[in-house]
Amino acid sequence: MSKETTNELPLYEVFIRSKNGLDHKHVGSLHAADAEMALTAARDVYTRRSEGVSIWVVKSTDIVASSPEDRGSFYEPSDDKLYRHPTFFDLPDEVGHM
Amino acid sequence: MTDNDMLFDYLLRLGDNSLILGQRLAEWCGHAPMLEEDLALTNIGLDLLGQARMFLSYAGEVEGKGRDEDRLAYFRDTKDWRNLLLLEQPNGDFAATMARQFFFDSFQYLQFEALARSSDERLAGIAAKSLKETTYHRRHSTDWIIRLGDGTDESHEKMQRAIDAIWGYLPEMFDMDAVDDAMVADGIGVDVTALRTAWDGYVNDVLAEATLIRPEDSWSVRGSRDGKHSEHLGYILAEMQFLPRAYPDAKW
Repeated sequence: MSKETTNELPLYEVFIRSKNGLDHKHVGSLHAADAEMALTAARDVYTRRSEGVSIWVVKSTDIVASSPEDRGSFYEPSDDKLYRHPTFFDLPDEVGHM
Repeated sequence: MTDNDMLFDYLLRLGDNSLILGQRLAEWCGHAPMLEEDLALTNIGLDLLGQARMFLSYAGEVEGKGRDEDRLAYFRDTKDWRNLLLLEQPNGDFAATMARQFFFDSFQYLQFEALARSSDERLAGIAAKSLKETTYHRRHSTDWIIRLGDGTDESHEKMQRAIDAIWGYLPEMFDMDAVDDAMVADGIGVDVTALRTAWDGYVNDVLAEATLIRPEDSWSVRGSRDGKHSEHLGYILAEMQFLPRAYPDAKW
């Protein structure tokens, strides 16, 4: 296992902004020698059909992710705190959809 | 040769360069060392195919004998092809493919840059469009030359060997014959000898960063302008032209 993974090029996560004004969205991952090459590889793998105007690449190992076991302590405490949602305001009709 | 014949020949050279290199890169499809490169090489190959279509369509119109891009691509024999010998050389290993690509990309970038100022508006338009693609191709191949040259001992050795093996095919890029001279005189074509200094500068910088040694100019092979090719072109054409020659009216 360890031997095999050291022979592989590092993994990068790819984020693409499809239009100016929109956010970068995660689209997938790829292997590359370094960040610069990851950028050109991302261009070839993920933007062949004009999907983007901007690319970010981040080393997968640099991403810190929450784990499923954290679900209870992370998210459940907010389930019964309805007052955090802005649902208690009366909106004038002229505002329309927000 | 009339002026028209010369323009036709000049366009064939440009179109054939793109087409043969594109065909070579297509051979990597499904065989590249990693998925990312499989897509990159075929993407670049398709860019080159698109360039070839524009040049050859125009060539067919200039010739005025009713030959379209397909007719020119599929029904000419080796002696009528005008691509540089460099571009028909086999893919070899990944280092060999990248060496061939890098030296040509860095030349083609300069050539298209100059050709975009051609007095022939259609040619200038094709060159300007292609220059954007070639700018990316050059970046891609430059990245690899540096990574492989300045990589592991094994990658360095393979990269150096690939450069040494291809070096003698490069001088042909900077040759000029009567057709080139006439095209330059008309303001249509590019004086490739004038690109040499810029090409040397770029290539030397990249090779230095890649810790690779620029080979001595000890040998050279040429002949494409007269339709004299290496043995490899015949095999490329056999594969590329088989279908339309066997089924001339096939549609797909």
